[in-house]
Amino acid sequence: MGKTTVATALALSLSRAGKKVLLCSIDERPDIAKAFGRKELTFAPVEVEPGMFVMGMETEAALREYLKINLKLPFLGKLGPVATALDFVATAAPGVKEILTIGKICFEVRERHYDVVVVDAPATGHVVGYLSAPRAINDMAKVGLIRSQTSWMEEILGDAETTSALIVTTAEEMPVQETLELMVSLRNKTQVHLDAVLVNRVIEVEPSETENELIDERMTGESPVAIAWHLARARSAKQGRHLSHLETGVSAPVEILRVPEIVSQRASELVEAVAASLGAELT
Amino acid sequence: MSTLNELVGDAKIVVTCGPGGIGKTTSAAAMGVAIARHEDRRVLVLTVDPAKRLATALGLEGIGNDIGRVPLDGARGELSVAMLDTQASWDSLIRRHAPDAGTATKILNNTLYQNITRRFVQSHDYIAVERLFEIVEMNEFDVIVVDTPPSRNALDFLDAPSRMADFFSSRFLKWLIAPSRTGLATVATKPLTFIADKILGGQFLSDITEFFLLLNSMHDGFIARAREIDAILHQNSTQFVVVSTLEDQPLREAEQFAVELKKRSLHTVAWIVNRVVPEKLLLPGDQSDHDDLVHRLEEIPEPRRSAVVAMVERNRDYWIRVALREQESLARIADYGLDLFTVPEQAGDMTDLAALSTLGDVVMRSAVRRAGTTDA
Repeated sequence: MGKTTVATALALSLSRAGKKVLLCSIDERPDIAKAFGRKELTFAPVEVEPGMFVMGMETEAALREYLKINLKLPFLGKLGPVATALDFVATAAPGVKEILTIGKICFEVRERHYDVVVVDAPATGHVVGYLSAPRAINDMAKVGLIRSQTSWMEEILGDAETTSALIVTTAEEMPVQETLELMVSLRNKTQVHLDAVLVNRVIEVEPSETENELIDERMTGESPVAIAWHLARARSAKQGRHLSHLETGVSAPVEILRVPEIVSQRASELVEAVAASLGAELT
Repeated sequence: MSTLNELVGDAKIVVTCGPGGIGKTTSAAAMGVAIARHEDRRVLVLTVDPAKRLATALGLEGIGNDIGRVPLDGARGELSVAMLDTQASWDSLIRRHAPDAGTATKILNNTLYQNITRRFVQSHDYIAVERLFEIVEMNEFDVIVVDTPPSRNALDFLDAPSRMADFFSSRFLKWLIAPSRTGLATVATKPLTFIADKILGGQFLSDITEFFLLLNSMHDGFIARAREIDAILHQNSTQFVVVSTLEDQPLREAEQFAVELKKRSLHTVAWIVNRVVPEKLLLPGDQSDHDDLVHRLEEIPEPRRSAVVAMVERNRDYWIRVALREQESLARIADYGLDLFTVPEQAGDMTDLAALSTLGDVVMRSAVRRAGTTDA
């Protein structure tokens, strides 16, 4: 869908508008690091250009930091086997990994270390698990430190002024279907406000509709220009059908934003191009 | 070897592997339809999470975890479809492996159980292979086309059985449940218990422990099962097909699949490349093309015509860039030594069986594009 690219582009355009921005990747993907000419992301944020910080989420590091701040535990240098064990439980037990991740992000927001925190969230199937983690933990853990810590997270996540969700999709059947389903579960299972659905990679056929029909007729034969024309028209028509399906499920105040298809081999170029196009859409 | 149909001709199981969102489910369904139409074989397509209209086309709606017959007019063989319902499959697995009905009920009612089976990322992968095994055991089908769950990491699906076995034999699991058995926390568990207690609260930890303890009662059954499944995946008659498009991200993931399949000595026979743009885009052009275009669009008055011509040419240049990039990508993946089958983008959506049949014929009967293994 280009979720990571859009998150990176969004963070970049915000930081270039003068904000101090943290871009946090939950599912480690090489794309963000590559876009900034780095090998990998680290848990400790790195300033990649003025006012623009990037980090990669690591559950164990988040736990370490959490324990250090909240329990003032001295022995954290060698969490060792306990961390492995905890990692195992965190993979198997619902909510542990999620609450540590969401907790770290909310912590950065609460402490006002940055003006904006942009999170490249995990794919559709998993994101609700993260955003609903504070509530899920509340339901499951009857006591314990985490339980006492979930309410301020819920406040941050539920405040429309502070937190907003942006769904990135494409105008294809499955992505549109998943977007509509995600909207329902965001509404039912989380308190997070959805601001916009961004449709990425929209094929634009520029001339007017009457001209398009005339060109359709004139573009006969198998020349590259004719093949390309009919490809664009076919894909655009297909996208149009899926877009209107999407539109039936999206109503104000949620907006639909469109970013055109951009072909680029280099991650940094792609991010720049999407950032430029996003800048136009967001202002 | 010239068509995919010949390549998978004697397979009993065909597994499609690849990233999500690239038409993997559709390819699997189309292959199944094509085999059933042209050959006297009983075909089952096992899909995981089909798009709504594909599900409608196959008559999958509301069939849950059951197997449904798809009526195919004039087909030589028979086509059946099954959809994977993760939760239902887990429930039936628990009932089968639990030592007694009481334990099964306890597990099914454990507060953590549903959460884990729904959200434990690997649970989908494991249950998909488990369901495949169940269908193999039924012995009612000549060929099973399997659509694998979308996973980012190729390892997840392939390693699910052995990882499940590892999980049950792991020292960690024994260690985690040991205190419940003996009533004594060992020294080793203390830091864990301490941290878990501080963070999660003791009740939460004991819920987890109880759950794993119950799960452990199914230990032997799970391990035996996991080994059998692994053996089936490695049979000669189980063939893997990589499916992808030529877009950057999906292609990188598909390449990882190809590498992992090879590493595990699984029988990978082909690579289906979906949504490929026509190669004819790369035919050389010159000034006369421009003049011809201006001539064709002469009904549009100037100065508008020049603007429209420029747009149309920009569009051409865009698709030529796409085609060039695709050629580079195709050349690169040819190095994996798999036979490549390119499938052009289909004009319509796969909304009915007729569309699937057409696609199936394109996929199964198109000639191999480039046989790999050219080490020269």
